[in-house]
Amino acid sequence: MSAQTGWSREEMAALAALDIPDGTYVNLGIGIPELVARHVPAGRELVFHTENGLLGVGPPPAPGDEDADLINAGKKPVTAVPGAAFFHHADSFAMIRGGHIGVCVLGAMQVSAAGDLANWSTGEPDAIPAVGGAMDLVAGVGRVLVLMEHVTRRGEPKLVDRCTLPLTGVGVVSRVYTNLAVVDITPRGLVARGLAPGVPLDAVQARTGAPLIDGREGEKP
Amino acid sequence: MIDKRCSSAHEAVAPVHDGATVMIGGFGSAGSPVELIHALIDHGARGLTVISNNAGCGRVGLAALIEAGRVERIICSFPRSADAEVFAAAFRAGRVALDLVPQGTLAERVRAGGAAIPAFYTPVSAGTPLGEGKERRSFGGRECVLEHALTADFALVRAERADRYGNLVYRKTARNFGPVMCMASRVAIVQARRIVEPGEIDPEVVVTPGVFVQRVVEVRDPADESALVREGRRYP
Repeated sequence: MSAQTGWSREEMAALAALDIPDGTYVNLGIGIPELVARHVPAGRELVFHTENGLLGVGPPPAPGDEDADLINAGKKPVTAVPGAAFFHHADSFAMIRGGHIGVCVLGAMQVSAAGDLANWSTGEPDAIPAVGGAMDLVAGVGRVLVLMEHVTRRGEPKLVDRCTLPLTGVGVVSRVYTNLAVVDITPRGLVARGLAPGVPLDAVQARTGAPLIDGREGEKP
Repeated sequence: MIDKRCSSAHEAVAPVHDGATVMIGGFGSAGSPVELIHALIDHGARGLTVISNNAGCGRVGLAALIEAGRVERIICSFPRSADAEVFAAAFRAGRVALDLVPQGTLAERVRAGGAAIPAFYTPVSAGTPLGEGKERRSFGGRECVLEHALTADFALVRAERADRYGNLVYRKTARNFGPVMCMASRVAIVQARRIVEPGEIDPEVVVTPGVFVQRVVEVRDPADESALVREGRRYP
């Protein structure tokens, strides 16, 4: 670990998993958020939802056991745990939009100090636009957690004062886990709740596009 | 006597006319009614508006329908993927218009269409580029946008089992948009792996009641669209 890299993706996913209470219905986004399922603490039961119609998503199947009719929202083969349920798309999104899913974990391109999220479009003019279920998730799910690298590949902050990319939702993000820090979105702005080992706050602030309040010592916003 | 069975996929899609609006079930390849789409390509109807979650993969199924130049407009939530070059090329060349809709809004607009609810308010997409130009209203201090129902002349849907009444059960996550698309279309055309005798589907587990279905055809061994894409197959 270094000030440059901090936590690994697996460590970020484990931190997020630790924050999800026993018994929660959880939707995991495509990519890094999928790792959260591997880090559910012992003794805790989470039910994973995939918006294409399954509650009770299990681990990936063994090679050779894939079923083309049993996939997740990323269109990858999955399994269904005992006690799982299948349902159609309107029911699935009623779960999301109706507030029945407790937590969703998403990736992001930018998160603002006000909790605005940009994660569906690079805004490039020749890009093929695609939104999927991201806007539904952030509008309907009670607690929206974001897992992302702290800066872009070009070193630009992804935690920003105002998003410059097209928005997915306004004021929707609760907490962000990056490779450098765990940051809450509060009415006062960004509050750092934890820092990766060996990473000083000023190094995180230097890589953040909005003021960071030090909230590491039980400070409540 | 009610008998909605057709003897072939070609017979099943025969009523589709030029300029029709066609809902196509499936999420990626799961539930994609590949045989019905290929029969529609053979059938030749053009100027179609397609409502579907994705915009096809590889050069089979919906991608092949687009490549054949039959689709004028597509209403969908996620037309981008590693294997979606056919749509991307048609979109960039201006041959296919795109209405991008959040996935839950798409499902709900289709369900509303099936229940003759002309429009509804939702907070989804409010304050984002996809909410621009929509009628707005605040409920309980929350900004919402007005979304209009979607209906279609036809739906193409894949199910697991059907009977001659059109009662349907699906298989796993291949169910996805099938039930609401059957509700929202004037003529729902369904391919099922098996057509069984009335009563063989337990009434307690019927997912789509037959009243929502007009035509069924048995396709015993449906192609797995993702396998066709991996193999680089194309249609025709």
